Amino acid sequence: MHVPDGFLDAPTSAATAAVAAGGVALALRGARRELDERAAPLAGLTAAFVFAVQMVNFPVGAGTSGHLMGGVLAAVLVGPWTAVLCMTVVLVVQALLFADGGLTALGTNVTLLGLVAVAVGWAVFRLLAAVLPKTRTGVLTAAGTGAFLSVPVAALAFVGLFAVGGVADVAVGTVAAAMGGVHVLIGLGEAAITVAVVGAVLAVRPDLVHGARALRRATLLAERPASVPAGAR
Amino acid sequence: MSEPVGTVRRERALWVAGLAVALLVAGVVSWYASGSPDGLEWAAEQAGFLDTAEDSAATTSPLADYGVAGVGSERLSGGLAGVVGVLVTLLVAGGLALLLRRRGRDSASAAD
Repeated sequence: MHVPDGFLDAPTSAATAAVAAGGVALALRGARRELDERAAPLAGLTAAFVFAVQMVNFPVGAGTSGHLMGGVLAAVLVGPWTAVLCMTVVLVVQALLFADGGLTALGTNVTLLGLVAVAVGWAVFRLLAAVLPKTRTGVLTAAGTGAFLSVPVAALAFVGLFAVGGVADVAVGTVAAAMGGVHVLIGLGEAAITVAVVGAVLAVRPDLVHGARALRRATLLAERPASVPAGAR
Repeated sequence: MSEPVGTVRRERALWVAGLAVALLVAGVVSWYASGSPDGLEWAAEQAGFLDTAEDSAATTSPLADYGVAGVGSERLSGGLAGVVGVLVTLLVAGGLALLLRRRGRDSASAAD
């Protein structure tokens, strides 16, 4: 879902550019808390991985395709603020080098795929991770659900922008109906890829998965023998 | 400061494997991607506003539309563009993360 130039009018594009700039500025501060010596190289790899997987459109029926957005995948792997930066780098590289997504629409795309998708997906992930068992399955269920919902929500956010500043004279309900259905299907692909990748990293290096920190704590507590008094260590 | 050797080795293995998968996906698997319009394009067509899309000023880029200008084979052109994209993204995002990282601390768990 890369918005091209021309769909939205100039004021709306300028507004989303300002929102995107503000969000990225916050992320630059927030990411400092997430990035340590070990997480930093992984952030670069996560962005590169999202770029690669975004190239592979999968068919979703009716002559339509979709690809991973990757915001929730990145957030679970390296943290939400770092995910915003990863998504921004991917979108800038795509827009500047590959003409994928418009230039005046860059702020719109960073807002939708970077800010909205990451914020909504991460909120859903945190909420579910808090109530689900602190197990691998719990983390993957939360990640998959967050990833799934992030796609239709970002699509509806576009519809909202279109309602405000769409250039074409088309009923918003028509746009919402067309966008909503297909992005629910694409969301299923988003969830499948997110669960597969997070599951693979959890299997080899659970300690590097930002969203599984609670899992680590639970495991550590479980491993500590209950009979040993705290003072004995 | 020192970590168990096995941990460092597995970390490096994860990193190398991740990069290899990314290069393979962008360089080779991308050829098999669906060519159908994506969700937004399709919806814009259905709703009747696809024609308001304008060419981005970046269409003159030698890598525009995921191909390398001047490379005859479409398969090679697309694969090379993907590999370049992965490496550029890795350098920019990785460089940014290295600039922002907290130094001199061993792991995130210390801060939480």
